[in-house]
Order: sequence, then C-alpha cells, then structure tokens
Amino acid sequence: MYIPHTKTDKEEMLKSIGVSSFEELVKQVPSKFLWPGFALPEESLDETQAAARMAQLAAGNKRPLSFLGGGAYERYTPAAVKAITSRTEFLTAYTPYQPEASQGTLQAIYEFQSTVSALYGMDCANASLYDGASSFAEAVRAAVRVTGRKKIVYCAGVNPQYMDTLRTYFAHSPEYSYVRIPMKDGVMDKAALPALLEGAACIAVQTPNFLGLIEDMSGVAETAKKAGALLVAAADPVSLGILTAPGEYGADFAVGEGQSLGLPLSYGGPYLGLFSCKKEHVRQMPGRITGMTKDKDGKRGFVLTLQAREQHIRRDKAASNICSNEALCALAATVYSALYGPEGLKELAEANSGAAAFAAERLGAIKGCSLKFKGPFFNEFVLSVPGKADALREKALARGVDIGLPLAPLFPELGETLLVCATETKTEADILRLETVVKEAI
Amino acid sequence: MICAPAIDNRLSIEKSEAGRRGLWCRNPLRAKAKVPAELRRKSPPRLPELSEFDVVRHYTRLSRLNFSVDTHFYPLGSCTMKYNPRFNEEAAALEGFTALHPLAHDTCAQGTLELIHDLSARLVELCGLDAITLQPAAGAHSEFTGLLLAKAYFEAKGETRNEIIVPDSAHGTNPATASMMGFTTVNIASKPDGRLDVEELKKHIGPKTAVLMLTMPNTLGIFESNIEAIAAAVHEAGALFYMDGANLNALIGMVKPGDFGVDLMHLNFHKTFSTPHGGGGPGAGAIVCREQLAPFLPVPLVRKEGGKYVSDFGDGRSIGKVKAFFGNTGVLIRAYAYMLAHSAAELGDIARYSIINANYVRALLKDIYPSYSKEYCMHECVLAPGADMTAKGLKTLDVAKGLLDRGFHAPTIYFPTIVHEAIMIEPTETESRATLDEFAAAMRDIHDAGVADPQTLKDAPHTMPVKRLDEVQAARQPNLHW
Repeated sequence: MYIPHTKTDKEEMLKSIGVSSFEELVKQVPSKFLWPGFALPEESLDETQAAARMAQLAAGNKRPLSFLGGGAYERYTPAAVKAITSRTEFLTAYTPYQPEASQGTLQAIYEFQSTVSALYGMDCANASLYDGASSFAEAVRAAVRVTGRKKIVYCAGVNPQYMDTLRTYFAHSPEYSYVRIPMKDGVMDKAALPALLEGAACIAVQTPNFLGLIEDMSGVAETAKKAGALLVAAADPVSLGILTAPGEYGADFAVGEGQSLGLPLSYGGPYLGLFSCKKEHVRQMPGRITGMTKDKDGKRGFVLTLQAREQHIRRDKAASNICSNEALCALAATVYSALYGPEGLKELAEANSGAAAFAAERLGAIKGCSLKFKGPFFNEFVLSVPGKADALREKALARGVDIGLPLAPLFPELGETLLVCATETKTEADILRLETVVKEAI
Repeated sequence: MICAPAIDNRLSIEKSEAGRRGLWCRNPLRAKAKVPAELRRKSPPRLPELSEFDVVRHYTRLSRLNFSVDTHFYPLGSCTMKYNPRFNEEAAALEGFTALHPLAHDTCAQGTLELIHDLSARLVELCGLDAITLQPAAGAHSEFTGLLLAKAYFEAKGETRNEIIVPDSAHGTNPATASMMGFTTVNIASKPDGRLDVEELKKHIGPKTAVLMLTMPNTLGIFESNIEAIAAAVHEAGALFYMDGANLNALIGMVKPGDFGVDLMHLNFHKTFSTPHGGGGPGAGAIVCREQLAPFLPVPLVRKEGGKYVSDFGDGRSIGKVKAFFGNTGVLIRAYAYMLAHSAAELGDIARYSIINANYVRALLKDIYPSYSKEYCMHECVLAPGADMTAKGLKTLDVAKGLLDRGFHAPTIYFPTIVHEAIMIEPTETESRATLDEFAAAMRDIHDAGVADPQTLKDAPHTMPVKRLDEVQAARQPNLHW
C-alpha cells in the first residue's frame, strides 16, 4: 500500500469536494458492477515477507555456466551504468513532453541517437524501439512504405524470432510475400540474389547471422539498388566494435538488439531496439526522435522533433503506433558505450571473437563433434554433435553447464547441432570446463 | 531540482580526450580473435573517450535537469505517474532474475515461470476475464496484439471484418494501431457530456465492424455509464469489445471489466502497476481476454504441468510473436512485487483514492479553471483556463510553463483534442492532500499573476535550465546527432 491518506484526510477531502461519501463520486458506474468479490489474497505481504517471497522465486532459477546466445548475450553490467540508471531523476521521469523540465532525458537521448549512428555508421537514429525483433520489423515496414513494394527477400540466417515478429507485424496478410535466400555454408548464397530481388522492397540481412557467421556484405547494397530494393541490415552492436558497419556497406536501414550493450538478460526483457537509417529516410523512422535546437536566448537545448510522423498527431496516418519506448535502456547503452569508448568496444568485440574461437577449437576437436561451417564467425558457432542435441544438453545441465541451444527445432536441415556462444564474460577455465562436460555428456 | 544548476550542456563527445578511458576489457582470450581484415570496419565509431568519473559526473548532472516523480509532483493525465516503490526495483535486480537467459531450459527458469504464472492468474481475476499474454512491451504494443487476436479470431470464424470503431476522445495509439493492421478507423463523435453516443454507435456498427476500442474511463475522466447498452450493441453486431486499459487506475479492484462485457483489454504495467516510466520506457503490457480469444495469444505462455512450470507454444493457432522471447520480464517482476503488496481490498483503495484525489483537485480549481465535464470525475479531470485568462491571451501552454517555475511538472495539455485548451490532471492515489493543496495554490497563483501581468507568464519558464525552445527550427533543420 502506497497511499498516504489518513481517515481525516479522506473525510475532509470528501467534504471539500462536496459529497458525504465516496460512493457519490462513482454514481456514473452502474452500481451492480461496483465492488464484486475478487478471488485474490485477503492479506497483503509486508515488505519483509514480500522480500522473502521474491528471494525464494529468484532462487528457484538455476544458474548453470551458460553458453547460450541466439539473440541475447551474457554481459557484465558495469557499476557506473547501474549507478546512472538508478538515478531516480531518470528512472521516474516520463517521455519528455515538457522539454524545459526534461533536458537531462532529452540530451541523453540525443547522445544515444549519436552513439547508435556512430556504431552503425548511419546518418540518424531514433530514441529506441522495444527490441531487436521489433526494430527489424519496423525497418522492413519502412522499406515497404518507401518502395511501395510488398515482396521481402530475406537471408535464411536472420534470427527466426525476428522473422516471426515481422510476419506478425504484417498481420500475416497475404499481400506480403517472403522470399528466403538460400543458404550456402551457413551464409547467404549471393549468386542467387539478383534473380530473387526483382520487385522486392528490400533484402533483409543479419550479420553476424543467427548461426554466428559473418555475412560478406560486399556488393549486396549495389545488387539491391539495381533492383530498386533497399538494404535492411541487423547487426549486434558489440560486434561493430570490429566488424564493418552497416553504413560502410551501404545499408538503408540498420537495426540491432541493444541488450548487448550491457543490459542484463532478464529472461527476455526489457531490451532495447536500435533503429538507424540514411537521412533520406528520416521521416520514415518510427517512434520518438530528439533534436538539438536553441531556446529564446539562443542557448542550446533539446526537444522531441519530427513529431508529425507520430500517433499522437497523425493518429491513423502515423508511421507507427509506438508511444513508450525503452528510454532507460537507451540511457544504459549510452553510458556503457561512453565508458568503454571506441577502443574498449573493440576490445570487447575481440574478446567475444577470441572466446568463441577458443571454444570452437576445443569443442570441434572432441571425437564425434565438428564445426558445421568453415566461415568466419563472431561470438557463436554451430557444433554438430553425436546423438540427440537436446538430450546432450540436458545431460550437461545436470553437470551445471548449459552447452548451447539445440537448433533442430529451428533449422531441421542442420541435423543434430548446438548453437554455442561465448562472450567476454567467459574465461579460458570456463571453456575448458565446457569441453570437459561435453566430453562427459557424450 | 533544488535550484537551477549552472547548465553545462556540452555533449559527452565535446568532453572527449583522445586516449582517455573509462573501462577496459582485458580478457586474455582477445588474443585468439579471428576476424579477417576484409570484414573489419574501416574507421572506429566516433564515440566519446572519457574517464569513468567524467561519465558519472556528466550523466549525474544531466539527471539534475529533469523533473521526475521522485522530485516533483507530475500530474500527467492518462500517464498515471504514481510513486514507483523502491522495493520493486530491488526485487527485479535480484541476480536470480537478471541472469536468466531467455532461452534457458525450463528446468532452469522455474522461479521466473512461477512468478509469471502467478502474476497471470491474479491479473486475469482482477479483470474478470479468462486468459492473458504478458508479451507486449508497452501499451500501444498491447493494442496491436489485441487487434491481431481479433483479426485471427474473425478469420478463424470465416468472417471478414475490416473496421475498428473509436470515439474521437481516444488516445492516438488506437487509430494508429488500427491502420498499422490494415483496418479502417471509424471515428464516432462524443456526446456533449463526453460519453460515447450510443445512437451514433448503433448507426456505424455492423457486419464490417471487428472491434470497438473504448478507453475506460475515457480520456475526459468520465465513465461510460451506458456501458451495458454499448456492450450489447457491440455483441449484437457480432463484434468484439476492446477496453483500452490506460486508465485502469480508476477502476482497479473496484469493478471487473469482464462483468460489463469487455472481451479483451490491455494493461499498462508502467501506469496502473507502479513500474517506473524510465523517461519513456521500458514499460510492459498485457492483453487479457475471454476464452474464445485464448487460442490466438502470442507464444510462449506459461502452463503448470505436474507441479512444474513449462513454456507452452500452443497448438499452431497463435498469432505468433510480437517481440522476441517472452516479454519485458524485468518489468513484470516489478508489477508482481506491487501485487504482493496489495490485498484485494487494498487494490480497490488505489481506485478509491485516485478518484478522491482527482475530484479534490477539480473542486479546488473549478472556479478559475472550469471543468469540461459538469459531473464528478474518475481518476483525472480535464480543465481549461477561464475566460479572464483567455481574455488576456493566456493559453494552456502558458499555464504549463508557469507550473514548471513553481516546481510542478505540467499536466497533459491539449489532450483530449475534443476539449479546447485542455489541461488534463491525473494526481494518482499516491499524492498526499498537502501536495494537492500546494499544487492548487500554484495554479491559483498562475491565474492571479497571469491576469495581472500576462507577458511574464507568456515568457515562462524563467527558472528552468532553458527557456522555451525553438521547435520549428528543430523540425526544419533536424540536428539529430553529434
């Protein structure tokens, strides 16, 4: 209970209002609907009891040494990030509708947009969307609006959850067609592209792709452009500490899952949708955008801008229905990026690459296991295993290690395989333990 | 803000010094990195190079430029800016919750799954409905999910219905969501008392209508007293009744929406259930619905099976996913902590005191800021500047800026659009009478000072880090990054 009123407060307030009882205030609600019974606890917990209940639930989750990736990555959240995001001036504010009283949030969003633009090498970014999947779906929707075409060509390596979300965003309407670019050695078969792109709104790519492999993006934007299609690229932001930025290979829209920038896994959210584009598409961006401007005295200040795209102005003509986004997560990502800087992000990316390379080397050498693909990968890879992958995973879990995600339900064509991920949180000793446990489980 | 701090509005990048560092990654496995040169980026991203202290001071100073619920009364109508209990934050930060990977094996996720299962059951009961999804990341995202359910439901029945009816007082997200899904929006004008015109509804509703979306109480803070007639008209036409739950704070624990014929509705955890707004998110949403819509809910859902909790991927009729993974679980954990702190009766007190507080503010101000509705309001009231203010050319925007100078965040302004110069005030139940008295005094002071010296109020704010900002220039020549 967080209500401050005393009995006297209540009585005097009702008197000021001019009623003798609360019931007079709610006469507009048909009385037969008022105060039904609820099959809910008759007693609330005090904070001591509630803390015990929450601790018990938290302890109900197990914490194996985990090598899961697949779109969400184990990261360390720096103490300074937690300190800033728990400043309640950020935490308990809302969308900066009153800019003079929200310069802190607004400048932080501007710096977030700048961080995303810099990482992805793009002209502009918005103030965030819900997660990587919704950013991906919104980018494809924008490409459809720009081109007026309804055919979506996508790489087989795009995260299947992103594709599911995209189809949902188009409400499974039969007007839209989805053409999958065949996979060759775990990456897109670029030779197949020109024939597939005819009449397409976009080609949607993810790199590193869901299987961890880095797509060779050279020439892809040019091929798309020839067909009048746009390039939508999804990329993990930490990978961009070393990998070619989407802007460098000519992406029109570049998106990503910002969870990688130091956000906790938290069973799927809150995460952070990163969304950026070339400047000619700026008015197709969904969601909030902050711009720099001046006040009456000529002093620098920040405001929400280009609001003519948004639902509260345009209603049914809006670019998107989004209202709340993930501002606090965007702040966390901005602080994380500022703490590491360009050099630190490069180190993080190298540590991911190195940890995964080492894990691949050790696991690939186990008898009966092998690496499914030969191409360069970032922080995860596909491992072929003897026997059933999910049974192997369960055996390893009993030994305290989650060895990776069985891929058969998502990619049956890959056979019995695991998607194994190692980020900068993993040490050489962790990977050697993984190796031991996989050997034992086999 | 205690006083306006000397503003340092330099960007982080403008404080950057080449070679300065905040954090390092020294993991020796870096040496094993294998990325071919041709796949590497050509130039490093242009990010600031700062020490950790630089970063902490920079963002701590920025934080002080904000008004927030913790520092200021924040009566933003329709946003339910109530107190965000610290306990919720601590509970959600428990490592057992934060470290859980979304693809973790169910056997490793029993604690979180149990929490989701229990929260789901409580919310379903609270709404008087049958089933729920917690996957949407926000209110608008929930609306989208709800309309997808409706679409799937009618498709399964072999019916083609492509119209969504919304009243003109609806939140902008309602029509925006409808058109995102290819529905046509049919707008219905409200009656002078702010309620939905049932006769108009009957004229427009029919075999093409999929859904009536209705915010309850509506954006004027008024309950649709003819709710039974509305629900009957909707059901007679074979359509579904969707309740926009943005304003549920007025009804929680006092009524069950299912009782008055709602078929599906959304919840905003960052409003009714006290999770922090974060400067614009993250929020979380839910769709609660009747049995007949349940097969179409997004997957996964959580089911209890022989004493264990399992992720349920449905029977193939699901609308699919509206976001990756489960949902904004971290926000749901906060909402659950809030539910634990309330008995059934105490949930009803939330509605009771949110209504008392709104009517109290209305009563204190209605002589100089007339109320649009002549009735008592529910959890929020919609006022406007009186004739003596408008005669001096004073507008709602001036009142809003005057409030900032007096240490109060402004209410929602110019919404709902059907009210000229609207000032929409939602105090919430967590504000004390003393705060409301101070707020009313500030509003009266703005009135008196504004009528006496209009120009000073038109130039407000005077005490904020910046004065009124040039929004036209911001839109004409967008400067969106460093």
